[in-house]
Amino acid sequence: MRIERLVTIDRSRLPEPGPSGPASFPAIEKSTLPNGLTVWTVRHAQVPVVAFSLLIRRGASSDPLGKHGLAAMTADMLDEGSGDRSAIEIHEAIARLGTQLETDIGADGIVAGFTVLSRFADRALALLADVVVRPAIRGEDVVRVRQLRLHRLTQLRDVPSVIADRAFLSLIYGDHPYGHSAIGTELSLATMSVDDVRAFHELAIRPSVATLIAVGDCDHAGIHRLALDAFGSWHGVAADGEPANPALPQPPRLSIVPRASAPQSELRIGHVAVARNTPDYHALVTANMVLGGQFSSRINLNLREDKGFTYGARTAFEFRRRPGPFVLQVGVQTSATAQSIAESIGEISAMVSTRPITTDELRLAAASLTRGYARNFETADQIARAATQLALYDLPDTYFAEFVPRVEQLTTDEVTGAVARHLDAARLTTVVVGDYDAVGADLARLGLGEPVILSPETF
Amino acid sequence: MNLSFTRHTLANGLDVLLHEDHDCPIVAINVWYHVGSKNERPGHTGFAHLFEHLMFEGSAHHDHGYFQPLQGAGASLNGSTNSDRTNYWEVVPTAALELGLWMESDRMGYLLPALTEAKFSNQRAVVLNERRQNYENRPYGLSAMAIVAALFPPDHPYHWTTIGDVADLNAVRLEEVHAFFARYYHPANASLTLAGDIDSDHALALVRAYFEEIPAGEKVAPVRAAASLDRDVRILLEDRVELPRLYMAWLSAAMFAEGDADLDLAADVLANGKTSRLYRRLVFEERIATDVSASQNSREIGGYLQLAATASPGHTLGELERVILEEIGRLGTDGPTDDEIERGRVQAEAQFVFRLQTVGGFGGKSDQLNAYNVFLGDPAYFDRDLQRYYSVTNRSLQQATRRYFDPARRVTLSIVPKDRMELAAPDSVPEVVS
Repeated sequence: MRIERLVTIDRSRLPEPGPSGPASFPAIEKSTLPNGLTVWTVRHAQVPVVAFSLLIRRGASSDPLGKHGLAAMTADMLDEGSGDRSAIEIHEAIARLGTQLETDIGADGIVAGFTVLSRFADRALALLADVVVRPAIRGEDVVRVRQLRLHRLTQLRDVPSVIADRAFLSLIYGDHPYGHSAIGTELSLATMSVDDVRAFHELAIRPSVATLIAVGDCDHAGIHRLALDAFGSWHGVAADGEPANPALPQPPRLSIVPRASAPQSELRIGHVAVARNTPDYHALVTANMVLGGQFSSRINLNLREDKGFTYGARTAFEFRRRPGPFVLQVGVQTSATAQSIAESIGEISAMVSTRPITTDELRLAAASLTRGYARNFETADQIARAATQLALYDLPDTYFAEFVPRVEQLTTDEVTGAVARHLDAARLTTVVVGDYDAVGADLARLGLGEPVILSPETF
Repeated sequence: MNLSFTRHTLANGLDVLLHEDHDCPIVAINVWYHVGSKNERPGHTGFAHLFEHLMFEGSAHHDHGYFQPLQGAGASLNGSTNSDRTNYWEVVPTAALELGLWMESDRMGYLLPALTEAKFSNQRAVVLNERRQNYENRPYGLSAMAIVAALFPPDHPYHWTTIGDVADLNAVRLEEVHAFFARYYHPANASLTLAGDIDSDHALALVRAYFEEIPAGEKVAPVRAAASLDRDVRILLEDRVELPRLYMAWLSAAMFAEGDADLDLAADVLANGKTSRLYRRLVFEERIATDVSASQNSREIGGYLQLAATASPGHTLGELERVILEEIGRLGTDGPTDDEIERGRVQAEAQFVFRLQTVGGFGGKSDQLNAYNVFLGDPAYFDRDLQRYYSVTNRSLQQATRRYFDPARRVTLSIVPKDRMELAAPDSVPEVVS
């Protein structure tokens, strides 16, 4: 039997997709417990799971001076025993739910949570409260966990991408609360005591700065009731978490952390840029898609697809509550180190001078952000993460619904203007983790001054 | 718990699987080619993966990058190569389904006319940088190469890793690309799954229109090879690391074979998570290690178990090895506890349900349907796959542990800081891997 062709195809041109339907973000139901804890739920019952996420709006930037790493250490201690239950008993209780506790520590927040089969939702929520509200924080456990973190720090000293990130943050922020990485340093961890951890829990892990988010096969009234039982005894108001901003340093334009005979150089290029609440947010996200935010962006096409210098290059505005960094991250073959830096700075600089974003580029960038927007909200985890962003950055519930039209309405003038306001090629700081003997002479010829040699112990 | 789907085999041999899920206005397009690094030969390693890169460089009717039109349509996309298969996927908005099929069919049917020497040498340079980034310049990054080279004999196709040897990559010529494409990249060696917001009849009509014109290729004969170890192969590598790490590896059951699920759970009982026996002993109680992990690496024609633990400062890998062997012995003698079995089952069930949440990407529903279809010829295997884990008993796990974790037949690899060979497990012989 001959198969009838129902569709005619034309390989002389690509099919033009029709418009995408509107992406809808499901409604968030909200309530507040008497202790100040806000409870958000989203019903998303396609699969019998519930994603729980407890956000604390205090993160590594709340680490006291000299105690860098305390927020992360405290987050790590949450599941190391609760009430009179030992660390092992808590680990086993979580494992019996078929899941594991994830704790994520950022500059502005701590998120603790897990996804469970919905038949375990009640037990999971009670357990989440046990670990967050009533962690045991015993001296012997603090010593053990601190030792593990010190060992981890030792190992990270050999990971080029981590060395580069740490050096970059320290150079551009100095003593600013964003200038250290969440894990802290050997020096700060060495003096961290059980009292420090307990004090941080008392000051920061409090319902006044917390939002409980539950997404999935659950309903708001049920979660509210369970939360009242589980979190009801939690009290207190968190200490002010946003100390004054010290002045930012003026870093050298070019630095290198020597890594003898490294086959690649790990590069970070950027500067302190802009906070999450900037009115230029949509324009910058879109401009970044042109510059380095996706595979088909300028810098990746240049360094990878044209020159073959790297496995991949990316740029990002890392939006935070206070001005976060703009950064280019790339690992390049050693022999192409100086040329890659010159090309990268050239691409960044060209966007605000010789090659502003074109209409076609803007259309492509906006389409790649908007047309597939719906896929960002497919799973309970994704929706929980999205809701967490709203809570962390004080965004309105309408934020996701407004994102697509906001981006679609951008003009080239608006995105070019935003880039010019927040990206400054003359202020870029470049950090290289690589083979100094092989690349030092080339670096000196970049016109960025003699490279400053950084010792890993200094950041 | 199951996945509803329909299967259609086109006249050219292409398997097409369709799964409707209208919750989100997106469609996952997922293509598997049944070719991986195990289809390579010694001296020609790294080729399947290098070829995967070339699939993103344009085809006859769209001789530009593969990413731009799809990203411009709001798609996310990627591909990957392992020892047994190469997969490609796009998750597109519903309205861009036809664009995705146009693109996938064009590179399946018309790749070579657009493949130039310049694209080829560019992507070889990219792959060499991928190798530098993920293997050479990464602590412990050469462990996988050393382990599979010691576990499998030189003519066994699992003897090398997918990234390949630098010398082999540098020696590849463009003619080989053509031969490889003709042999492996054709409808009869592929499986296409569409999962998501589709109307199955319409989707099938589109698939037929775009793919049926591609000529059938010759069926690819299954690769056969055997491996055995008759001793404890003890090797060591010096690396730019601060803390030494011990790897132990054993030949084990193939994917879906008897013992595979038992070994998955045995690996968890021994070394995964804070409740595992080795975490408790090595990290929690004795504090001679900073981390421990294990996995049953199931592959199509054989598997291997791998266990890794990093020593705390001041401790040697010999100390770790002693405790690890003791705990493996105890599991083989006494079997797991009821609580361990129950936790293992619940975790398996949860992992299966979590996978059902997404239509696309690595490990989503479309990828899973293709995996069952390509490896078992049975896309409806989902329920039975989960059943394998429910069927694990204390006794079957104990027996699998005894059978496969044989202390006399294994690979023991020590990775130690430069000039600190005394930290290695005793009697290890220096090895060179690059």
